[in-house]
Amino acid sequence: MTPSDIIELLKQNHASSVVSAAAEGPYPHAVIKAEELKTIAAFLKTQPRLRFDLLRCISAIDWPAKNNIELAYDLISTSLGHAFAVKVVLDRADPQVESLSAVWPAAEWHEREAFDLMGVVFLHHPDLRRILMPEDWPGHPLRKDYQDIVEYRGLKFNP
Amino acid sequence: MALIEGIFEPGLVVTTVDWVLNWSRKRSIFPMTFGIACCAIEMIATGASRFDIDRFGSGAFRATPRQADLMIVAGTVTFKMAERLRRLWEQMAEPRYVIAMGACAISGGPYHVHGYHVVKGVDQVVPVDVYVPGCPPRPEALLEGLMRLQDKISTHTIAKP
Repeated sequence: MTPSDIIELLKQNHASSVVSAAAEGPYPHAVIKAEELKTIAAFLKTQPRLRFDLLRCISAIDWPAKNNIELAYDLISTSLGHAFAVKVVLDRADPQVESLSAVWPAAEWHEREAFDLMGVVFLHHPDLRRILMPEDWPGHPLRKDYQDIVEYRGLKFNP
Repeated sequence: MALIEGIFEPGLVVTTVDWVLNWSRKRSIFPMTFGIACCAIEMIATGASRFDIDRFGSGAFRATPRQADLMIVAGTVTFKMAERLRRLWEQMAEPRYVIAMGACAISGGPYHVHGYHVVKGVDQVVPVDVYVPGCPPRPEALLEGLMRLQDKISTHTIAKP
């Protein structure tokens, strides 16, 4: 299916959940209401004409000027050979969204990474811990306003 | 040596304890099987047949710090890794040596300014004997570093300082 077909199908079934959509351009995607994300994800995975069985990547994008954090979920259907992406926009001060690890198990570690480096909290995640940084690390390093640490366990950052 | 050649009877060998100890040590520096980043690939190439670190008696990469004499820090040391690296070094038997291989291990290298997670030089964590610059250094450079370490070992003495 082409991106415009996918968007069409999405709007037919979940019109109220789709905030906006872009079928053209280098990155075809649909922006979804954050509270409807899990419903949409289950739909994208199980709908017979979509069958998005592979979650390739979760990207978290920090927009300090817009005061939000954007999540982009890249999806592929290995059986039907098409790709698409859905985005949600979260409040930067308190970014929270439902975990998709029940829909795509691959989401579990991607979400841990987004939590670790961007501070996005995934609700009902089975094991939401840091995945790369040490457990006691302060802050979330990939935020645009992140300040480098001065010292970590006796090691100076700028010796 | 030329001055005393041919003076002694066959079967008599003259040497010093220092010389024998250093000779045996510097020709059997067993490195630890330990690589952190892309420099480790060059270290592996150094160990393989084309560059053949075994020519210097250092081909026996030990799988445990207890049996290793040399830690080649081949790669980027993160703050999370630093504690593990220190513990491995502490588990090595003395005399133990450290080679800081590549820009990352020496100073943080490409991560010096923007690496929020990178230790700016492994010499903050463990004492370094030889620095091998490069990004990554070629196997020849690592072998050169090993030879400089051999030079350093041959100056050791068991006498009082």
